[in-house]
Formats: sequence, structure tokens, C-alpha cells
Amino acid sequence: MKVIKELWQSLIDALIGLGSVVRFLLRMLMVTPGALLRFDLIVQQIFNSGALSLVIIMLAGLFVGMVLGLQGFTLLERFGSEGSLGVAAAIGLVKELGPVITALLFAGRAGTALASELGLMRATDQLSAMEMMAVDPIKRVVAPRFLGGVIAMPLLAAIFSVIGLYGAQLVGVQIMGVDSGSFWSQMRAGVDLRDIREGIVKSLIFGVACSLIAVYEGYYATPTAAGVGRATTRTVVTSAVVVLFLDYLLTSAFL
Amino acid sequence: MNQEAPIVEIRSLGYTVGGRPIFDGLDMDIPRGRVTAVMGPSGTGKTTLLRLITGQVRADTGSIDVAGENMRILKRDALYVLRRRMGMLFQNGALLTDLSVFENVAFPLREHTDLPERLIRQLVLTKLQAVGLRGAADLMPSELSGGMSRRVALARAIVMDPEILIYDEPFVGLDPISLGVILRLIRRLNDTLGLTSIVVSHDVREISTVADQVFLLSGGKVVASGTPQDLNANPSEEVRQFVGGLADGPVPFHYPAPEYFGELLARGEGH
Amino acid sequence: MPKTSTLNLGTGTFVALGFAALFFLTTQTTSRGLSFGTPPHYDVTAKFDNIGDLRVGSPVSMAGVEIGRVVKIDFDTREYKAVVTMRLNDKYNLIPTDSDASIYTQGLLGGKFIGLTAGGAETYLKNGDQIDFTQSAFVLENLIGQFLANFAKGSGQSGSASSKTDAPAATAPAATEKTK
Repeated sequence: MKVIKELWQSLIDALIGLGSVVRFLLRMLMVTPGALLRFDLIVQQIFNSGALSLVIIMLAGLFVGMVLGLQGFTLLERFGSEGSLGVAAAIGLVKELGPVITALLFAGRAGTALASELGLMRATDQLSAMEMMAVDPIKRVVAPRFLGGVIAMPLLAAIFSVIGLYGAQLVGVQIMGVDSGSFWSQMRAGVDLRDIREGIVKSLIFGVACSLIAVYEGYYATPTAAGVGRATTRTVVTSAVVVLFLDYLLTSAFL
Repeated sequence: MNQEAPIVEIRSLGYTVGGRPIFDGLDMDIPRGRVTAVMGPSGTGKTTLLRLITGQVRADTGSIDVAGENMRILKRDALYVLRRRMGMLFQNGALLTDLSVFENVAFPLREHTDLPERLIRQLVLTKLQAVGLRGAADLMPSELSGGMSRRVALARAIVMDPEILIYDEPFVGLDPISLGVILRLIRRLNDTLGLTSIVVSHDVREISTVADQVFLLSGGKVVASGTPQDLNANPSEEVRQFVGGLADGPVPFHYPAPEYFGELLARGEGH
Repeated sequence: MPKTSTLNLGTGTFVALGFAALFFLTTQTTSRGLSFGTPPHYDVTAKFDNIGDLRVGSPVSMAGVEIGRVVKIDFDTREYKAVVTMRLNDKYNLIPTDSDASIYTQGLLGGKFIGLTAGGAETYLKNGDQIDFTQSAFVLENLIGQFLANFAKGSGQSGSASSKTDAPAATAPAATEKTK
């Protein structure tokens, strides 16, 4: 009986949490028009979330692409279809690996930075001070960070996919000897604009999810050092689960 | 505006958090243009009172009027307008960490006014001069000592020429010199700028040197009020314990616990 | 906190890289190439008894060259036939009106596509025309059924249980069945 009661309580807590997050999102969307006026703040956040994540995204893209090239080649070789490596790598990267892995890495690098920044501002009363100065912290501090993350994500995913393709090409064509012509021509025949569009939509939605979770956890963090730490941990874990879950939803919706 | 009317009027205020009543029937008048101190033991809700006055939380029952506005029904937009007439100094300064000292003080001006850069610069430097930190204008908050960041926060709090200035435990953790500086500033600013200052503190000796009026809170009610001299002469037990810094009295030394001898003999069962 | 100019440079570079990547993806990995928007086109229709797993987006080719795509698949409730709308590139506007359209399979077990074979007419297909000569898709089950039926007949048994009488499951492109 106690177990059921606890499960029920967890369900209620989860629903309350979900409702809280949604209301937070709505509040941010309402102040977005005003926040867009301070474009300089948003540019700064695009730099923080996007430009500063470039290194890890590019490194990850390169290695993932190379592994994709290697594994793909080994598998396709069994059926004599090595020439299809190009289209396999491209579709895999653009539709799945690009958006998903970028989102996970984003949550780890940019998401934690956002959460800890806001959490620290919460713990040192900076957010309350702003409220006291009649400046809405959601508009001034939170919304630019959220928008910066949403804008940066699809760009990062595209860069990941391109570098990944290069990695696949590096392994497949230059190392394993797949015919360069087949690699690219089959890719061009097999990849459609629709695939790329789906990939972009996915990474946009992941961008909203990861940025939202990060700023939410930071804004509502317990104002202590331990609280900020917990908030950053929760950001990564929640973002990962939500991204993977959304990935399934979106993939099945697109097919 | 009637010069004699109190700037903050609190009647029968009730506020409960998580089942625990913090305030229950609190009455208080804070006079205009004077330095008023709000004191009391830890946990009596002094900071909560400040948050009720600034509208960060809403009372459950009773009334609380600040500068003529009924805080219980004030909507967000009107609340923001009211807050521009108030300045608040937080316990740790709460400066924005990625802005310089100058930019921190300029922040309210940039957000709320369209003043030209030249004018902003003059205003900011004037306020920094008033707190003695004009030379530190280009430093970052991480390079300031505790006392200095509080002074910068003070400059920021007065940059919009507020009517009310609120200090939340401004003396905590300061060395005697910085403490003296802050005390002097509280008095000076109040008189030269015609402000009303509300200081929440528990440093009895320090605040008594600058306060005109003192309220002593305990158990969610005002247990004593008057000038610092009145408080010193007050015979009530609670006041005596607080003012004298006595370890035991109405606020007990021992946290509630079962009978001592009995617990010792129990040989650690149940622990 | 970097200086404003560094900040702007960094952000600008990042955004430029991102868009360059998107540009690369859309032009170098798809068959679109560097064209913008949809090229000028015209639509023609054709009716089939069975389109197999032909899909919207399947290619339309002639002599092995892709000249268009399938954009719509409908069902004619009176003739009980599939109505396929093909969008052909304006570049290829000299297709005779008596050409025929057949549904082929890519590779051995790949997806379906439509192949057009030129007729001899002097007039050419324009927007809204219908191709009258069609051949339906090759459905594996029907072929197996026919094979089994022939096999049964061949071994002298009267064709009963194993014969499948299905309508127009043609076998190879060689046997062209003209349907109207």
C-alpha cells in the first residue's frame, strides 16, 4: 500500500513540475517580444551557448562521423553495397545523430553553464535585487539565455552533421577505399530536402527543450551552493531523457 | 502629502508559511523621513517583513500600506512603479557580477530612463562620490571587499532618488571601520536626501547610534517600540534579554528536548 | 566576459559557420544542387490498375534519366484505378502524347519508380494531360501465383487450389498490356 501511495505522490509531483515548467515557458514567451529589443543581450548568449560549444561539437562530430564511416563500411561491405556509405552516413547524421548528439552535448556544456549562472544569481540575491529595481529578471536575464540556446542549437547540429560527413568520407573514401563518385552521387540521389528539414525541426525542438530545462532549473534552484550543484546535475539528466523521448516522438511523427 | 503621516502603515498583519504563523496581528507605523530600525532575535521574520513591505510576498490577512499603496491588492505593473520609489540594500550587496561598478550603479538608469550617456555618467559618479567610491568605478564586483560592495550597492539603491531606502542586515560580517562607514552613510543619506530609512538589523549597539525609532519584534509581534533610549529603559523581560545580550530568558538557551537525566539513562535506545 | 568586439566577432563567425553548414547540407547532399525553389514544371496524370508501393516522391524517369517526381496519388472510384500525378521538369517538354508509363522496381528489391517510353506522336504532353498507355507494377505474389499455377498445369493436374486468378499482374516489361 505504501508503495502505491509513494508512486501516486511521485506522479502528482511530476505533474506539478510539468505544469510549473509549462507556465515558466509561457511567461518567457510572453516577454520574448520585449526581450528581442535587447538584441545585444541575445547576441551575447548566442556566443555563450553556441560559439563556446563549437570545439566540443566539432570534435564529437568528427569522431562520430569516422565511426559511422567505419561501421557503415564494414556492414555494407558484406552486401557489396559499400557505395551506399555516403547516403547511409548522410541520412544517419542529418536525421538522427546530428540533432540528438548535439542536443546531449549542448545540455552538458551550455545547459549546465546556463543553469549554474542563473542558480548563482539566485543564490546571491541578484535576481531579487533586479526585481527590487523594478526590472523583470525573466525579460532581462532569463529570456535572452533561452533564446540564445534555441538559436544556437540548429546551427550546432548542422555543423556537427557536416563535420561528421567529412569524417565518414575520411574513413570510407580515403582510408577504406570506397569510390568517391558513388559515395557522393548515391548520397545526392538518396537524400532529400525533406530529410534535412526534418533534422532542422528536430534540433529546433531539442533546442527549446534543453534551453528551457536549463534556465528553469537555474532560476528555481535552491539558493545555496549545494542547491546550484543539484540544479546543474538535474539539467543534464532531465535534458537527456527528454531529448531521447522527444526524438522517438518526432521520428515516428515524421515517418 | 501629510508630513506627519507614516509612510508604512501595518494593521493586524497575518502571514503564515507552511502552517507556521510568522506574523499574527502585527501593528506598526513607520514614520516618514526618519531612520527606523527593526530588530529582533533570529527567525522572528524581520526579513519577511521587508519582503512584505517591498511586495515580494503577499500578506494573508490584515492590511499593509506603503506610500499610500495597498500592498495586498497591488498588481505587478503598479508594483514595479512603486518599487522605483524604493531602494533596497541586500545583505551581500547583490551586485550583478558581470557588470563593472560603474555599470552596476548605472543599471537602473539604463533600464528605466532614456537619459543621455553624459548625464548618466554624471549621476553615477555623483552617487559613487557620496559613498566614497568614485575612484573604484572601473573595478569588477569580484575585486571589491565586502564593505566596498555594500557601498556600491548603496550607491545603486539611491541612483534613482528613491523616497524609501531599505537596508537588510547591512552590518553583517563587516569590520569596525566599514561598519562605521555604513552607519555614517545611513544617517547622512537619510538627512541630506530626505529619505525614509528602514534598517533591519540585530546589532543593537550600532543601530542605536543612528536610529530615531526602534521596533523590537519577537514571536511575530511588536514587543517594544520607541527611541533607543526608551528601549534601554524598558523593563520588559524580552527587551532586557535582547538589549543586554543575555544567553537565557524568554528566548530559551535550550532547544526543546526530553528530560535530561531520563535521556542519559536510556542508553542510547531510539538514537 | 570578452570585449564586445570579440564577442560580436565570435558570434558572427559561429552563426556564419552554422549557416554555411546548412547551405552545404542542402546543396551538396541532395540532388537539388544549387537551384533555389522548385524549377518550372508541368503536371501530367496516368491511371494504373496497381501501383504496388509507388509513393509520393518516387522518381519519374525516361531512358534512365530522372525527369520528374510523383506528386499525388489518388483513387478513381468509378474505374477502380489508381490516378498518379507526375510533376515533370519543363526542360523535358517534348514527350509525345502517346508515350507509355510503366512502373518499375529499382534494383532487385528497391522502391518503385515510373519509367516513360516515348511514343511516335507529333504532339507533346502539356500541363494537365493524361498518359493513356500504362502498365501496372510488378507484384511478387502474383508472379509466384502464376508460376505455381503454370507449374500445376504443367504436371498434368487440374488447376484448382493453387491457381490464382488475378487480373492484370503482368510479368516483364516485354509483355505490354495496353489498358485504357
